[in-house]
Amino acid sequence: MGGSALPLEITDLRTTLFTRRGEMKAVDGLSLTVGAGETVALVGESGCGKSLSALSIMRLLPDPPARIVGGQVKLNGRDIVPLPEETMLGIRGKEIGMIFQDPLSSLNPVATVEKQIVEVLMTHTELGRGQARVRAHELLELVGMPDAARRLDAYPHQLSGGMCQRVIIAMAIACSPSVLIADEPTTALDVTVQAQVLALLKKLQADAGMAMIFITHDLGVVAETADRVVVMYAGRKVEEASVDELFESPLHPYTVGLIGATPTPGAARAERLADIPGMVPPLNALPQGCAFAPRCKRVMDRCLTEKPNLTVPGAGRLVACFAAEGG
Amino acid sequence: MSLLSLRDVRVQFNTAGGVVRAVNGVSLDLAVGETLGLVGESGCGKSTLGKAIMKLVPVAGGEIVVEGVDIAPLNREQLTEMRRKVQMIFQDPYGSLNPRSTVGRSVAQPLVLAGWKADATAERVETLLRWVGLPSDAKQRYPHEFSGGQRQRIGIARALALSPKLIICDEPVSALDVSVRAQVINLLEDLKSQFGVSYLFISHDLSVVEHIADRVAVMYLGMLFEIGGRDQIWKSPQHPYTKALLAAAPIANPKLARARQRTVLQGELPSPLNPPPGCPFNSRCPMAQDRCRVEKPVLRPVSNGAQAACHFV
Ligand SMILES: Nc1ncnc2c1ncn2[C@@H]1O[C@H](COP(=O)(O)OP(=O)(O)OP(=O)(O)O)[C@@H](O)[C@H]1O
Ligand SMILES: Nc1ncnc2c1ncn2[C@@H]1O[C@H](COP(=O)(O)OP(=O)(O)O)[C@@H](O)[C@H]1O
Ligand code: SF4
Ligand code: SF4
Ligand SMILES: [Mg+2]
Ligand SMILES: [Mg+2]
Repeated sequence: MGGSALPLEITDLRTTLFTRRGEMKAVDGLSLTVGAGETVALVGESGCGKSLSALSIMRLLPDPPARIVGGQVKLNGRDIVPLPEETMLGIRGKEIGMIFQDPLSSLNPVATVEKQIVEVLMTHTELGRGQARVRAHELLELVGMPDAARRLDAYPHQLSGGMCQRVIIAMAIACSPSVLIADEPTTALDVTVQAQVLALLKKLQADAGMAMIFITHDLGVVAETADRVVVMYAGRKVEEASVDELFESPLHPYTVGLIGATPTPGAARAERLADIPGMVPPLNALPQGCAFAPRCKRVMDRCLTEKPNLTVPGAGRLVACFAAEGG
Repeated sequence: MSLLSLRDVRVQFNTAGGVVRAVNGVSLDLAVGETLGLVGESGCGKSTLGKAIMKLVPVAGGEIVVEGVDIAPLNREQLTEMRRKVQMIFQDPYGSLNPRSTVGRSVAQPLVLAGWKADATAERVETLLRWVGLPSDAKQRYPHEFSGGQRQRIGIARALALSPKLIICDEPVSALDVSVRAQVINLLEDLKSQFGVSYLFISHDLSVVEHIADRVAVMYLGMLFEIGGRDQIWKSPQHPYTKALLAAAPIANPKLARARQRTVLQGELPSPLNPPPGCPFNSRCPMAQDRCRVEKPVLRPVSNGAQAACHFV
């Protein structure tokens, strides 16, 4: 593959859910690039398609009902969408690592920590069992597992949520992947442990120059971790900007609403939070025009019939909104 | 007189692994019209303290005084009167609503139990639904037909039914999406200014508590570590754990987030079955000394005008 290729380059990715109630576009034309050492946060409320985007990129969609129906996912220059599952088995865990929200469900409950890490290493590297065990211990130390040597023999249920997440991180980075996808990796954790895990992820990423997609619904976590932010609504990217620009001058009314609805300690205290009326529409009942129209303060006639496309309002920024593009 | 006054309240559970002192000597006061935020990490005893005030768990010791009356020794009938004054809403409104009961019947239930007549009840239910922003036809529908935010509104309507003085809100917005969370927080604030109701607002989300609370209490392994005015706690926290907790909370502002110096607290919450002797924070505290491992600190006034339980502040 060309050495100049970006670690991750997604173009017009489309994932559809084929259900009894009809076809639903869960990911509707997502384009996204992530450079080496860069963290792109994917944010949006529950059901907006963050996890299905991640699962599409990993080629781990539950099929049925979900299937990629279009687009490319280029990993280090190679489109992995058409690849057979056997090839994906060699890519997942090696070129692209993943961390999911619920730590317990991503670990094998009946295998020790050591066995699970060793398995990853032996699948993807030339290491023999003995070397892999040594490496497993090193990895546990690297992810800051307290009392690492003793924890090698532990089963997941004997560990706290934070420790399980460290094991999963150790497995995800075991083969030094160029891309790491973390889907709500700290949502189930307490704040002090969340801070530990976020600091760990940032450090591992910086040391290895990994490209990271960080999925979260928490704008606080976005502000703490991201370089660039992609805001999703109803399966589509509605805004993209650097983290500073997004928080300083959000353009899409949905982004404005999300930021206004999030209390920020230390910032000037608003009397009332700026709430967004209504809620996220179900995918099988999306409005005809802009999906945000029923909740939008700036809605115009045009929004009810036409879907806004992404436009470039300024360098490095994207927004899909008629009001924002018109200024 | 305080609306609610807790003195050395204790709750313990006997489990297979031993005794868990979920609430281990908590004292605090809550004034009329005040919102007191109760924060702390999972398992520190926040919900148990809320349930103790509602007498939903057996109280092993201490006084729980509501408007001057100690409710610990009360019988059933006397408790009914107290329950009118103090209501509770929960994190998962789905779990606390009867799935086979229409919303109208769920909201009416406290009124019916209090002996209200049918027509007065019906009228009151209409009013309550209007206050919390639910359509009137919600009465005939079932909880599963509503979203999380709407179910939380149903829970709030029911809690308001008998015009309580105090509502204990146990993580009322933790299961909600950001935009809906803001709707429910605004609703709670509107109801407070309209009816003068007070809240004990339990949450692990510090930014929500900073927004809504007048005063804040910080809990760790069954103990109160610090309690004081919101600004006292946020601008000049005194207790090492409060400092660590605030430093760990993400801030939704990249510039502020970068500007603050962040020392990440190491280690995790010890098992409540086997808390460290002395100060329960000593296994993680950057300031811990020998004394902390033998002597348990007590809450006392400190320099920021708040109260803290630490030997060295
Ligand atoms: N296996 C499935 N079958 C049917 N619908 C599904 C399935 N998985 C997801 N969906 C639907 O697809 C949409 C996007 O789901 P997705 O899990 O990607 O959301 P999300 O943004 O990750 O939300 P959350 O913040 O709750 O994790 C939702 O409407 C969801 O209900
Ligand atoms: N019914 C119960 N039986 C046994 N232990 C309990 C029970 N309820 C709570 N606990 C324990 O008491 C402690 C405090 O729990 P809880 O009040 O729910 O914490 P929080 O609400 O702060 O997360 C925890 O260690 C919890 O496991
Ligand atoms: S396109 Fe119209 S409805 Fe959609 S976000 Fe912009 S102004 Fe609002
Ligand atoms: S009493 Fe000791 S261990 Fe406890 S918070 Fe204070 S310094 Fe730390
Ligand atoms: Mg998800
Ligand atoms: Mg709780």
